[in-house]
Amino acid sequence: MTGTFIALLAATIPAAIPIIYVALGELVAERSGVLNLSVEGAMLAGALSAFAIAYDQGNFALAFLAGGCAGALVALLFAWLALGLHVNQVAAGLSVGLFAIGLAGFLGRPYVSLGITGLRPMDLGFVSDIPVLGPILFRQDVLVLPALAACIGIWFFLYRTRPGLALRAVGDAPDSAFALGYPVTAIRCAAVTFGGVMAGFGGAYMALVYTPIWVEGMTSGRGWIALALVVFGAWRPFRIVFGAFLFSGVTLFQFLAQGSGIVLPPQFFSSLPYLVAIVVLALISRDVSMLRRHAPAALGKTFIPRN
Amino acid sequence: MTFPFRFERRETLPAWALFATPVIAVALTLVLGAVLFAIVGAPPLEASADFVLSSFGSRFDFGELLMKALPLTIIAQGLAIGFRANVWNLGAEGQLIAGCILAALPALAFPQANTVFLFPFMVLLAVVGGMLWALPAAILRVRYNVNEIFVTLMLTSVAVQLLSYLVLGPLTDPNGNNTAHSAHFGGAALLSPIVSRTQITGFVFMGLVVTLLAWGFDRFTLASFKMRVGGLAPAAARYAGFSEKRSVAVALLVGGATSGLAGVGELASRLGQLESTLSPGYGFAAITVAFLGRLNPLAIPFSALLVAGLYLGGETVQLDYQISHTIGQLLQGALLVILLACDRLLLYRPTYRARQTQGKAAMELADHGAVS
Repeated sequence: MTGTFIALLAATIPAAIPIIYVALGELVAERSGVLNLSVEGAMLAGALSAFAIAYDQGNFALAFLAGGCAGALVALLFAWLALGLHVNQVAAGLSVGLFAIGLAGFLGRPYVSLGITGLRPMDLGFVSDIPVLGPILFRQDVLVLPALAACIGIWFFLYRTRPGLALRAVGDAPDSAFALGYPVTAIRCAAVTFGGVMAGFGGAYMALVYTPIWVEGMTSGRGWIALALVVFGAWRPFRIVFGAFLFSGVTLFQFLAQGSGIVLPPQFFSSLPYLVAIVVLALISRDVSMLRRHAPAALGKTFIPRN
Repeated sequence: MTFPFRFERRETLPAWALFATPVIAVALTLVLGAVLFAIVGAPPLEASADFVLSSFGSRFDFGELLMKALPLTIIAQGLAIGFRANVWNLGAEGQLIAGCILAALPALAFPQANTVFLFPFMVLLAVVGGMLWALPAAILRVRYNVNEIFVTLMLTSVAVQLLSYLVLGPLTDPNGNNTAHSAHFGGAALLSPIVSRTQITGFVFMGLVVTLLAWGFDRFTLASFKMRVGGLAPAAARYAGFSEKRSVAVALLVGGATSGLAGVGELASRLGQLESTLSPGYGFAAITVAFLGRLNPLAIPFSALLVAGLYLGGETVQLDYQISHTIGQLLQGALLVILLACDRLLLYRPTYRARQTQGKAAMELADHGAVS
């Protein structure tokens, strides 16, 4: 029983990592004031690119980077619409996301149901053999590291550096930042592109490690969960990571329940993550003043530079 | 030799843009389609022609177009009311499913029923079902300030799971062998075609009714005005005393109601039973339809026809050229992206450089005049 439990805890991490990538990227974008709803599409695009490269070339590093590039391209299309042409951010995000999902499904047709051998977990010597923590923390695949490093890096960037302060200023008061001389549109574009790259990485992780088979729509709503996570984490990196682990824990709860002999239809367990997400969002959002304190004040509002 | 053109921003869209942009967007989308056909090895011109003509080939084809545009119109009218109020109901698909489930219950409970009241009762249940599924989003937004985008989307996933459970479990066809659908409805729960050699059923009139109601609501009611103001200038709305909570609730419930309504139309006209896939993504396509129609109740039926044409075209080229069925969804998204871009790009007009320099010189003169 303890063995299964530990195995489950260890499995929580790979389940959470794709969402962590996407959510951290979206965090940076939202901190600059841009609500990017196309991340599900960017994630799927990244998954397809990574899978295709890994399947055709076998080079996983290249595949991971290709995933990031694909995500960046989707984000750039969104940035052109929302930042360049001043289209409503929600409309732009939804439409680009829809387009990207369709494009990924279309271009991925030749790869449907093909599989690759996913990345293996690393064995870090004696550290991996520590009784409980070993399998959980130290026997994960190498792509877990950039995600966790990103969390720390983003925290440091946002809260301890000048450029991070500028980014947050752009997200809270773009008109003031513009008056001070900051290139608001350029900063937002950079933030959105970073978000796209991270979303692509999230999708690439899914394709290379988590479910190394190409299925149409394999991200199955994780991009949206990541968006909700940003709200749940009150726009702070560590809370977002914590929320991701919580969420994937719930997703894997079904295996624990099945093991203990609880008989409930599988669809109930599939719905559970979404229901939990709704409940959690309700609890977090209830405090309007807290939301107002933490949310970027200009989130979602179109900024048009007035010369 | 300098570039003689500059791009100058207009204040407003020119009048002809309202009609030109959808046409331009459709044309560009078809070009994109041709390019994609070529990429996957199908003959671009033939496949594109096939794609476009699939809606007009015969009476039957046109009937299919109409019957596909019908649920899109109904759902989009409801969604547009919400979008105008800045309420983003993305869960129409789930609300459609919920409406279908509730509407199917009397049909499955009384398969032998022969009363003319069964179908209206189903319609009522479908509307209620859709509204019930939108209700959590309304409550959570009004009382707990949760963004309705998340709630409606997540409830859609829950609805899909619920449907799957029901058609594989309690509501599964007792005569089938573990099939993923319910028993077939009795005659009283179904609608038959009203135009020969087509599948057009009487439910088309519901589409007209909904469109008229939506237009009337938008044009004549104070509630609609309040919701529009709430969407365009929330601070002004609050100052005027317009209840944001009421607007949000109405917006979400109307969206749910129309989604359920569209669902029962599909059940009675096309499906005849509960299945694990009740709609090919109409709930999401309706979002595109609403935007394409610029959230205008009178334009939405036409944009619905357009999007339905994309669906039909996608199905046809899938059959004829073995192209992935996702082409329809892809072109839908592309159309929306291109339309949004065109709308903004037409805000810029090219001007001759000479005119520009003249203007600049005049401005400099004015500046110097003011300073000295």
